[in-house]
Amino acid sequence: MTERPVFARRDPDARGYFGAYGGRFVPETLVAPIDELAAGYFAAREDPAFRDELDRLLSHYVGRPTPLYETRRLADRVRIFLKREDLTHTGAHKINNALGQALLARRMGKTRVVAETGAGQHGVATATACALLGLECDVYMGSEDMRRQALNVVRMELLGARVRRVDSGSRTLKDAINEAMRDWVTNVAHTYYLLGSALGPHPYPLMVREFQSVIGREARAQILAQAGRLPDIVVACVGGGSNAIGIFDGFLEDRDVRLIGVEAGGERIAPGRHAARFAGGLTGVLHGTRTFVLQDEAGNIELTHSISAGLDYAAVGPEHAWLRELGRTEYAHVSDAEALDGFQVLARREGILPALESAHAVAYTLRLAADVPEGTVILVNLSGRGDKDVQSVMEALK
Amino acid sequence: MSRLADTFAALRRRGNGPGLVTYITAGDPDLARTEGILHALERGGADVIEVGVPWSDPLADGPVIQRATERALAAGTTLAGVVEMLGRLRAGLRVPIVLFSYANPILRFGAERFAEAARAAGVDGVLVLDLPIEEAGEFRSLLSSRGIDTILLLSPTTTDDRLRRAASLGSGFLYAISRLGVTGASAAIAEGAEAMVRRIRAQSPLPIALGFGISTPEQVREVGRWADAAVVGSALVNVIADAGASHDLNVRVEEYVRWLKS
Repeated sequence: MTERPVFARRDPDARGYFGAYGGRFVPETLVAPIDELAAGYFAAREDPAFRDELDRLLSHYVGRPTPLYETRRLADRVRIFLKREDLTHTGAHKINNALGQALLARRMGKTRVVAETGAGQHGVATATACALLGLECDVYMGSEDMRRQALNVVRMELLGARVRRVDSGSRTLKDAINEAMRDWVTNVAHTYYLLGSALGPHPYPLMVREFQSVIGREARAQILAQAGRLPDIVVACVGGGSNAIGIFDGFLEDRDVRLIGVEAGGERIAPGRHAARFAGGLTGVLHGTRTFVLQDEAGNIELTHSISAGLDYAAVGPEHAWLRELGRTEYAHVSDAEALDGFQVLARREGILPALESAHAVAYTLRLAADVPEGTVILVNLSGRGDKDVQSVMEALK
Repeated sequence: MSRLADTFAALRRRGNGPGLVTYITAGDPDLARTEGILHALERGGADVIEVGVPWSDPLADGPVIQRATERALAAGTTLAGVVEMLGRLRAGLRVPIVLFSYANPILRFGAERFAEAARAAGVDGVLVLDLPIEEAGEFRSLLSSRGIDTILLLSPTTTDDRLRRAASLGSGFLYAISRLGVTGASAAIAEGAEAMVRRIRAQSPLPIALGFGISTPEQVREVGRWADAAVVGSALVNVIADAGASHDLNVRVEEYVRWLKS
């Protein structure tokens, strides 16, 4: 591994690459709007007034800082701390990014926002931010995900957003992103595309990470205060990877802290039955970025499966691919069944219903707890709450 | 000179009507029938044929080409199969062939291996929808060293600065997109299209083909007043979808192309 201080200031290069990953693979029509977005973002992040407005909203509207809670009954050999992103307004970390980008959209003079959503948490967060800032909002959602996450569809509509049903392809997140990009390419003049994960063409992976890095900054200070030391291991689930990159960001310089991302192992690691990109993927291009992608011999994107809609996606954020290559982060996967166990264990032992996405991180932590030395300190990003999943869990447990 | 350059030079010399670039999705309804369709396009008078490689996530395409893509994928069409088919047909076709693809099938195939296979198959140009000039450098060299043209897309949102770069990096012809949005027919040519073609002309001597939203002979003639050629895609794909498995598929394709040139 290199000894260069590569983690000190981790902007990608001028073309948006983190090492060999990232870039901007978009149709010509989107190049100028993305240039405009990048210029808008780089100006905004240097603007104290922008930062102040976001910080005020994060504290008074979102409820930050979110608590760091040390579990009482989850494990006895190790100490487990949960970063409670589930306690934010709207119930998941997605609001950190949605508010940041919605403020940027307004600053750039855009009047309409389009977004994609998988589990519906990013859609709800975007609809919320748009309601707050008076922006028109359309959210694309696969019909399969609308079925799985019916409650969130109603929430978005109550918040004044239009939910656009997507029936193409696998009818999940990937297809929702395709439709959102088709909408954007048609309405670029007044429309802002509010992408929900650390994915897509540059500058999205950078921008989303920076809006989510508040999680890692808070968690690092909190665990130092509560445990008097850094964690040994940080665990987070990885779909596109925004909650994971957000919490990892706080600990990248702390070389002794292991950073572990947990992907969706689905039913088993076989084509179409999982969403563990680092277990079954190859380098490829999807949705504007070069990264690890689940694909077949001909380069067609493979269908994915996960009990959790938010992890059910064929590509992973490019910075994760890079950090993994550098040896700084590790990735594991847990199955649908293990995630369900994690969900139930956390509910019964701690009184917390996690999102099925976050339940993957919990389940992996429980596996880890049996293997690591006694007294190990593990920090888990509890990225969202599980109300939206109650119906799915009931069906799965039948 | 490349076959594409020859074709456009001849069109300009003759000066009797605009060129016609036709797009089809390879493998719709299947690769065997695509062979017949390619011959029918040539008989009908197509000046250039764009052969679309079906891909699972065609995010720059509208519903018509999305459906065609789904049919082609269901029929088992792959980039390797398309290139192999073109290699077999090349000797019997004089019209230039442009492969039209998204980036990932080519990257999966291997960019250099693809360039070599395309050369061996007699492909004249390659257009990659989601490979803007900033990402296209190395790929363009792989193609140009083998005598294959890199066709670049220009959009109403393309700035003059990037337009100049595209003009210096592209070859064969420049593909101008008439309007914002995805592929698909429209009732009328987009308002800014003529001004856009003139803006490109001011920067580049390369021939210009204008596409997106063109489906009638009137529109082809209108475009021909200021561009070198019109591109017809979704409307033709619709003709193929309607004819489907019927025995007169090739006749209907040929007649449609002849009508477009009337």
